[in-house]
Amino acid sequence: MDFLRPASWQEALAAKAEHPTAVPIAGGTDVMVEINFDHRRPEYLLDLNRVADLYDWEVGEESVRLGASVPYSAIMEHLRAELPGLALASHTVASPQIRNRGGVGGNLGTASPAGDAHPALLAAGAEVEVESVRGSRLIPIDAFYTGVKRNALAADELIRAVHIKKADGPQQYSKVGTRNAMVIAVCAFGLALHPSSRTVRTGIGSAAPTPVRAKTAEEFLNAALEEGGFWDNGKIITPSVAKQFADLCAAACNPIDDVRGTASYRRHAVGVMARRTLTWTWQSYRGTDGTAHQKGSVA
Amino acid sequence: MRVSFTVNGRPQEADDVWEGESLLYVLRERLGLPGAKNACEQGECGSCTVRLDGVPVCSCLVAAGQVEGREVVTVEGLAEYAKQRSCGTGARGTSLDEAKQWAAKGQDSHTGEGTELSPVQQAFIDAGAVQCGFCTPGLLVAADEMLERNPNPTDADIREALSGNLCRCTGYEKIMDAVRLAAARQGEAV
Repeated sequence: MDFLRPASWQEALAAKAEHPTAVPIAGGTDVMVEINFDHRRPEYLLDLNRVADLYDWEVGEESVRLGASVPYSAIMEHLRAELPGLALASHTVASPQIRNRGGVGGNLGTASPAGDAHPALLAAGAEVEVESVRGSRLIPIDAFYTGVKRNALAADELIRAVHIKKADGPQQYSKVGTRNAMVIAVCAFGLALHPSSRTVRTGIGSAAPTPVRAKTAEEFLNAALEEGGFWDNGKIITPSVAKQFADLCAAACNPIDDVRGTASYRRHAVGVMARRTLTWTWQSYRGTDGTAHQKGSVA
Repeated sequence: MRVSFTVNGRPQEADDVWEGESLLYVLRERLGLPGAKNACEQGECGSCTVRLDGVPVCSCLVAAGQVEGREVVTVEGLAEYAKQRSCGTGARGTSLDEAKQWAAKGQDSHTGEGTELSPVQQAFIDAGAVQCGFCTPGLLVAADEMLERNPNPTDADIREALSGNLCRCTGYEKIMDAVRLAAARQGEAV
């Protein structure tokens, strides 16, 4: 095994171009487990810890450009207002020790359906900035996950950053597990209200081969909210609409039975989380939870 | 490969390090610092917790090569680290004067009798928070870092800060007592 230690982003891209099989390692919270357990013996480890750019973030007009290595603990601490859904998701990641090392770039690189960040990214709307010596491109988050632990990266590409839309309304995140800390999601659900475009977006984790959006459920809810004038009159969402939305979210799953839970439990739980997160965010939008929503505030 | 980094204030070098080796392995097997414990090797148990550039991490999930040029504090250095913090000086290690005045003080390497302890270590002993002791080093490093950041933690703060450290003996109640005790003593000292 060779340990490649680029000091800059350009050097990292050059190293990845020269050794396309090199496994990038930043927080190490996935890669080192595989090496410790002898599940993986990469020819090259490409250490990204010295690439300082990856630890920076920029808050822009419309979106946040989040460096791939920004640890979850920094997202929780500094980006709660701009990215409330992702901040909530970050807080459910493993433990403080892991959150101090792991970041969204690793979650995307691993592309596990159980990655905690994915539902929040799908719900908020995001683009993944990837780069190689050939150039840079933005991959829409909906096109990024291509299979179980597979993503749209080419062999010579590295993840530079994620561009995540700043919250324009309340966002929520919910995750099912046997305890609060140190759990891989049995399933997870992210929901974001986008009052500026009068749309709702969702993200489902651990209930299909890849993280997915419940698009039929979103379309149903967008139409129901529009039809009832809910965005303007701020009325409580009718239970029948919430139930239909929950059922459609459950139907968007394509889960398996495994050690963490059965397929039917996952479908049921996703429906429950969909209804709850919709209720919480809508309460926040209406201001009935005592905190009338303002642009950029926490859901 | 060779890895050079600072451990508990002293420059260290490890040779013939395998590229896939963890920081934990280097500390325990190459530098003779067995305080950080090796249990799950997957970041689940926290018994290998050390501070990397001040931040608590699972040393089993840090590749050895990633610590090149960086600073690590292990439980072995916790007393000195806490002392320097309370003195408010950044410098660590032994000064020339201290070295000249050094004399054997009858420390017992088996029982640790006579060894200087950090406040959080003393609190763990006084509260009876140590049973088999395997999880203790990781808990001490995590608890010490939390008390540095948050001198007046609520119970929820303590639980969250220690949520990545498993203990199979105590049921955590005595550990909670110990951290509350350390926080209270820290408050009195100021």
